[in-house]
Amino acid sequence: MDEIMNCMQCGFCLPACPTYRETGKESASPRGRIALMKGVAEQKLPADDEFEQNMYLCLGCRACETACPAGVPYGSLVETAREVVESTKKQSESPSFVRKLIFEKVFPYPERLQTLGTLLWGAQAAGLQSLAQKTGLMKLLPRPMAEMQQAVDRVASPMERRKREPVMKPETSPPALRIGLFTGCIMDVMFYEINQATARVLVKAGCEVMFVDNQVCCGALHAHAGEKDGAVELAKRNIEAFEQSGVDYVVNNAGGCGAALKEYHHWFHDDPEWKQRALNFVAKVRDANELLAELPEITFTKSLAMRVTYQDSCHLAHGQGVRNQPRQLLRSIPGVEYLELNRADSCCGSAGIYNITNYEMSMQILDEKMDDVQETKADVVVTSNPGCLLQMKHGVNRAGLAGRMEALHIMELLDRAL
Amino acid sequence: MVSKEARSELISVVGEKWFLDSPNELYVYSYDATPLYQAMPDAVVIPGSVEELSAVLRIANQRGINIVPRGSGTNLCGGTVPLEGGIVLNINRLNKIKEIDQDNLTATFGPGVITADLHKAVEAVGLFYPPDPGSMRISTMGGNVAECAGGMRGLKYGVTKDYIMGLEMVLPTGEILQVGGKNAKDVAGYDLTKLLVGSEGTLAVVTEITAKLLPLPDAKQTMVAYYRSLTDAARTVQRVIANRIIPATMEFLDNATMQVVEDFARIGLPLDMEAMLLIEQDGSQSQVERDMERIAEICRQEGAAEVRLAQTADEAAGLMAARRAALSALARMRPTTILEDATVPRSRLAEMVEQVNRIAKKYDVQICTFGHAGDGNLHPTCMTDERDKEEIHRVEQAFEEIFLAAMKLGGTITGEHGVGVAKAKYLDLRVGSAGVELMKRIKQAFDPNGIMNPGKMFAKDTRRRVVVKSCECGHEHATEHEA
Repeated sequence: MDEIMNCMQCGFCLPACPTYRETGKESASPRGRIALMKGVAEQKLPADDEFEQNMYLCLGCRACETACPAGVPYGSLVETAREVVESTKKQSESPSFVRKLIFEKVFPYPERLQTLGTLLWGAQAAGLQSLAQKTGLMKLLPRPMAEMQQAVDRVASPMERRKREPVMKPETSPPALRIGLFTGCIMDVMFYEINQATARVLVKAGCEVMFVDNQVCCGALHAHAGEKDGAVELAKRNIEAFEQSGVDYVVNNAGGCGAALKEYHHWFHDDPEWKQRALNFVAKVRDANELLAELPEITFTKSLAMRVTYQDSCHLAHGQGVRNQPRQLLRSIPGVEYLELNRADSCCGSAGIYNITNYEMSMQILDEKMDDVQETKADVVVTSNPGCLLQMKHGVNRAGLAGRMEALHIMELLDRAL
Repeated sequence: MVSKEARSELISVVGEKWFLDSPNELYVYSYDATPLYQAMPDAVVIPGSVEELSAVLRIANQRGINIVPRGSGTNLCGGTVPLEGGIVLNINRLNKIKEIDQDNLTATFGPGVITADLHKAVEAVGLFYPPDPGSMRISTMGGNVAECAGGMRGLKYGVTKDYIMGLEMVLPTGEILQVGGKNAKDVAGYDLTKLLVGSEGTLAVVTEITAKLLPLPDAKQTMVAYYRSLTDAARTVQRVIANRIIPATMEFLDNATMQVVEDFARIGLPLDMEAMLLIEQDGSQSQVERDMERIAEICRQEGAAEVRLAQTADEAAGLMAARRAALSALARMRPTTILEDATVPRSRLAEMVEQVNRIAKKYDVQICTFGHAGDGNLHPTCMTDERDKEEIHRVEQAFEEIFLAAMKLGGTITGEHGVGVAKAKYLDLRVGSAGVELMKRIKQAFDPNGIMNPGKMFAKDTRRRVVVKSCECGHEHATEHEA
């Protein structure tokens, strides 16, 4: 409640908020949402469907936190509001099939995610995707999912994935640092190659990279969707897995996951033992960009003659304050001409599963983003988070730029120049 | 109340999408940036054109529904809180910049244009719109006009009213009126343009604005001066102006504010100093250099312990950041931040700051003072907690005494925020009862049914605070009386 009270209603957050910019409505602004939370907390408003919709229209990009003079922790407030919504709903009805499927049956189980990956690979290998498109089978899928899947790259085959070496050592020994790569859930299935690229870049920078066993999904999607219990369970498993590995740093390449990993201690308010273990874990978490910026500069062997622009990951920029490091890294690649994107730190509309749950708004935001991207006349738009990457790939398709422009994860681009 | 019939009439004007009356939507238009005030509207209407807006007003006027015009709701006088219900009329969709006339140096635009966006648009062609209220990144020009917003450049460049040349407005009866325009000279009749600027949404709704622009100055320099004595800082302000130098900006931070800013921002402010001045000058390079040298000299003569001219744009930005960090730093201290707006002639600045400190002590409340020293416009800011009723009572008493002190020094109850509801009960102190009566008759002429922003500017209830002078000791205190 104190954190809600800290909002002085000055409205400085309004211009930073993508959904306010799109709708022009106070209810779609951070100030409006905080007022509604306060209304619910003071029992002047019910936690009903309208409140739920308003809480879920938020992208959770946290650009408002950067803009806020009073330092209101908006991200955790909206998570709490969603928890209230979900617990109110659980009392009256069972959760929807999709939510149950996603949050209880899939994300907590790495092996099930791997199986999904295998199925996806199988479908792609068999040409089902194009067959489905040709036969109109795609029409059976909900439109958002059908459209988004066109942006998915070819996923790694089970064979490729089995070839992964659990530890990768640098040429120089002893290694500068021993790091555990946080592979993430979706990242490791849909963007397996980006994890491998990240490992190669870190090895080149003198690190020994371990793929730590027993790690699971970070829990960010659960937390953002009001499923705190599930999130806490996953956090405990990750803390344990990395405690046992004995690594110096836990490194990730997904802004969204990274922000959650760095906030684990906030999830254990009433549990002193786990809170301390979480704090120890948090102290070791680094985004790959962040760590690379602290290490001696990589000597690249290839020159990439291309114009590159960078779309911030909201949770990397606003959540973790990592803004300059990726830009510096991009500028350090031989041959690259770096072009700053107008409003680079404004959300692309991906926001976890927002582009599925709030498809129309997400696409509205994406189309505006693509206008800015096109203006840079870049050959490559680089991101630092899998969700943003998928969204930007989709954006490239939507804007009719396929073939003229690529969307890449920053680690892929660095890897190309090694 | 908005009846069923009125509701469907309004929807047929603006469409379902822009008529809002669900509980959540009403709730989020029940407040603005002013602490302590909240009241529910009956509906929110967001028209897309002057014709729609005119139709909405006609319906409201016929049916006796109150109208509260609103931009981004960043005002600090409770001006857009729907105290008596009715329709919150949001002007944000009227946000087109229609023309930047480079021959006449004017811009014409909708009231929903964001102040910072106007700045950007005119600066792109080498022109300059000087008023820069603290909230300019989100405030609308319509709101700036309604409140006659000020900002940090008031000293040299004046405030909103000095730049508004023409307006299109809709009267509560629905008539669309053009007043003023691009003519630099125009004395045809009463100056209705100026009358509307600062009218706080109590007379009519502005739907188009024509503003005067200036050439963008070539150069700018920033300087900071630290003082061991409050009076020295204040005297510097007087001396600079007496020496016929008008800086673009002269901002003031007292020791309490410096402490808080330093605590939060760690920018190395010298905490043993009683006050600091932040000075900016713009113009031609040679003029700026000459002025800054002379100002620095005056600062030293008047006892500044340290004077530093920013050597780079980055350093200048860093210095300005200290001033901009003031409100943010203060806001982090306690849950409720009440930013006030007492103003005195600049020759009485030091006395006013001392009065504020004395009053804060007397009522045992925490008040930091910063503001636009060059204009005599101070923002004594109180850090409190609205849930602590007893403390809030003391805060109200302290602010009342601050306004009275400002009045006694020949000042006013508000320099740039407006009267709204927050200061309605003090208006007669400033303009006298004849002034209030005349203003009410003007309102009556514009708004015969009294639907425009009721409860603002004029105190409604018969119980109001009046000042009782106690002659012996010469100081004033306030008490409640039946008027």
